[in-house]
Order: sequence, then structure tokens, then C-alpha cells
Amino acid sequence: MNSKPKPAFASDEIVLSIDTLFKAFGDNKVLNGFSLHLKKGENLVLMGRSGSGKSVLIKCLVGLIKPDSGTIEISGNNIADLEQKEMDELRTTIGFLFQGSALYDSMTVRENLEFPLRRHTKKLSQNEIEELVFDTLESVGLKHTVDLMPAELSGGMQRRIALARALILKPKIIIYDEPTTGLDPITSKEIIELMNNIQEQYQTSSLIITHDVDCARVVSNRIILLLDGVNYAEGTFEELSSSKDEKIKAFFK
Amino acid sequence: MADKKSFLKNIGSFFEEVGDLSRFAGRFFKEAVSPPFEFRELLKQCYYMGNKSFFLVAVTGFILGVVFTLQTRPTLEEFGAVAWMPSMISISIVREIGPVIIALICAGRIGSSIGAELGSMKVTEQIDAMEVSGTNPFKFLVVTRIAATTLMIPLLVILGDFIALIGSAIIENMKGDVSFQLYFNQVFDALKFSDLMPATVKTFFFGFAIGLVGCYKGYNSKKGTAGVGKASNSAVVYTSMLLFIIDFIAVFVSDLFYS
Repeated sequence: MNSKPKPAFASDEIVLSIDTLFKAFGDNKVLNGFSLHLKKGENLVLMGRSGSGKSVLIKCLVGLIKPDSGTIEISGNNIADLEQKEMDELRTTIGFLFQGSALYDSMTVRENLEFPLRRHTKKLSQNEIEELVFDTLESVGLKHTVDLMPAELSGGMQRRIALARALILKPKIIIYDEPTTGLDPITSKEIIELMNNIQEQYQTSSLIITHDVDCARVVSNRIILLLDGVNYAEGTFEELSSSKDEKIKAFFK
Repeated sequence: MADKKSFLKNIGSFFEEVGDLSRFAGRFFKEAVSPPFEFRELLKQCYYMGNKSFFLVAVTGFILGVVFTLQTRPTLEEFGAVAWMPSMISISIVREIGPVIIALICAGRIGSSIGAELGSMKVTEQIDAMEVSGTNPFKFLVVTRIAATTLMIPLLVILGDFIALIGSAIIENMKGDVSFQLYFNQVFDALKFSDLMPATVKTFFFGFAIGLVGCYKGYNSKKGTAGVGKASNSAVVYTSMLLFIIDFIAVFVSDLFYS
């Protein structure tokens, strides 16, 4: 991949903060005091082995799973203190790209994108909704798919449409769950470039969960390694990839 | 000993499932009365359910009326009671056979479809995607579907009963030279409020059961694509059993009121 690694990030404003998070399923301790702070405009990559608790962590983040203890603050709001309605409002400020895209397969691409708009921006006219749908589709390069069903799209196209759906409410934070998993190298590269373009265009902060080293190298300002439920290491791609620690080196081989 | 343990385990998991289903029903009532209301999705579901089941219910109802009349006629002829045919057929169909058969057909058609749809949405994270986008998936997917089946099954049963009576009237017209007017005059003379009311009320419960079990099985579907098949299949099996239990209770209660 030719793209240059992103420079280290300078902003100090924290938009997402996880503090000493614990989560266990029976005797299986998945998160064991994990902490993370995402700065405004930053691309933070979270790497970890399969089964290391990455997915549990992001499900805790968006309120799909309740942690056993620890705090999660998004844009200054402790999510444990929020009522359901407040949580739903907060969720509209977060875009979430699922590993399997999770497009609503009974709806067309247009309806998938209109769904969050119609539910959260009731004052928009039909023309404004249409314009937003086409603008967002254009930003992922798939304007022509507007009336297709998800089943008619390739895996890469589905991922891009899912990204467009995550972007349509202009979120402040985007969470990517394994954005390149299951895609061929060329499509993976396109998705990675798209992620960088989106960050520049929409000025979002991104938390990217991946074990794709190329993806981490190109998009990350900072990387956290999740091992045994804690932050095992933290640093830029260059710092971590040149580490002498065997456990860290294993990620970058 | 092992058999006894396994039997007790099955009994235990049965009651556990009944408990979970009751909690699911409780959540339905709680969410159904609190805003926002998903009227648009409710209308869409009513349209899909009515539209997709219309032909099936019509054909089933017609065959039911025709077969029931053809099978009953020789026996009534033997006793010289063939003139009772319209009243006997109408009471049997409207009070019992129509609602139960149409509800069973709808359990297969609508209940399994809800189970499979929600099950597949669950395993492909579409329900999670809905939740993280700030939409309550229970309200949007479950409440609307249960409300739609509760409203549409009675209408489909009325349609099925009416077409069954048309089928019966055609056979009576062909075999017994009974005019359609005479047939339906006798039908409406025979049917009383005490026949129509309990039969209609129980169809709302049938509709509720079909939606509830289909949604419960789909929404709690696990174990990947195999779980989707299981959700769809068990939605039909459990609903069919529940329909007969509701029917038994409905007949028992209406007998207490009207006897």
C-alpha cells in the first residue's frame, strides 16, 4: 500500500473516554480494567487477537452490553447515567460500521440511508432527504446503487453503503468494527482510503477495531493493543511495529 | 435415572420458556402504550400480512366449505335432514372450524415468516444496527408485528369464513338445487350473536399468539443461520399448540357465558 502513515495527533479534547472497564461472562473475564481516550479528530486503532474482547468493548460503548464496572463517557456524558431517550439521542452522534455491514436487507439502499434520517430529522423535506442520500452515496462512490437491494451488491459495496448509512447523520464519532475483514486486498485498500477521505471531509473522530496491519498503518494516529482485557501497549504505528516485545511484534509480522 | 433427569430438565426448560414468553408479552404491552408510535410500520405490516395471506386464506376457505359440505351431505340425507345443511355448516364454520383452520394456516404463513425475518435480522446484526442508530428495535419490529397480526387475523378469518360459505353454497346449489339467496337466508337465520361474538373475539387472541410467538422466537434467535431455521420452525409448532389451548379456553369461557 502506497499511502503514507498519518502523523501523530495533536488535539487534546477528549470525545470518548473509557475508564477501567470490567466485563466478565461467568468465569471468563473479557475486559479486565481496560481504559481508552479518543481525542477529537483522531483515528485511534484498537488491535487485539480474536476473542480478546474487542467486540464486547464496542458493544459496551454503544450500550448493547452493560459493563460490570468502569465508566464510559461520550461527548462528556456518562452513558450509565442516561435515560433511554437520552441514550438514543447520543447514539445519533455516533456512526457504527458493523463487521458484516448489517444493512437492512428488506430495504433498498435508498431506504437504508433514509431510515435514520426520517427517524431523527423530522423537519427535513423529501427533497432535502433525497439530496442528503445522494450526497452521502457520492462520498462513498456508489450513487448508482440507490435503488438496488443489499443482496444485489458485492461485499465491498455493502461495506461502503453501510459506511454511508453510518455517515448520513453526520456523526462526531465513527466506530469501525473490522472494516476490512472478509474483503479482497484491492477492496480493502479502497475502504481504507475511503476511511481517510471521510475523516478529512467530515472531521470525525474514529475508533477502528482491526487486526489488519495495513489498515492500522495507513489510518492510525495512535494504536492501542488489547491483550488479556487490558491495554497492553499504546503508541504510534512506528513505535509499536519497532518494539522488541514478542507479544507486540506478533501483531506486526 | 438418566431418563428421569432429562424429563425433569425438559419440564424445567419448558417453564423457563413460558416465563420468558410472558416477560416478552409484558414488554410488548409496556412498549405498545408508550410513544413514539410506529403507525407507518404498523400499516406496512398490516398490508403485507393481509396482501400475502389473502389468496391462501381464500383458497383454503373455499376448499374447506366445499369439502365440509360434500362430506356432510350423505349423512344428513340419510336422516332426511338435508334442509339443515346451511345452518349446520354456517355454525360449524363460523364458530369453530373457520377460525381454527385459518389461524393455523396463518401461523404457518405469517408466524414462520416473522420468526425467520427477525431471526435473520438478529444473526446478521441488523437489530443491533437499528438499536445503535437510536431506534428502539422492539418497538419498531416486535410491537408493530404483534399489533398487525392481532388486527389482521380476525379480518382474514372473516374473509375465510365467508368464502367457505360461498363454497358450501355452490355445492348446495349444484347438488340440492338450493338457490344462493335461500342458502344465505338460512345461514343468517341460524347465526346468532352468541355464535359470532365469541368466535370473533377469540380470533384477536389467535392473532396475538401468532405475532407474539413468531416475534419471540425470531428476536431471541441464536446460533447463526441454523438458529434462523429453528426459530421459524418452532414459531409454527409452538403457535399451533397455543392456538388449540386458546381455543379450548375460549370455548370453555363462552360456554359459561352463553349456556
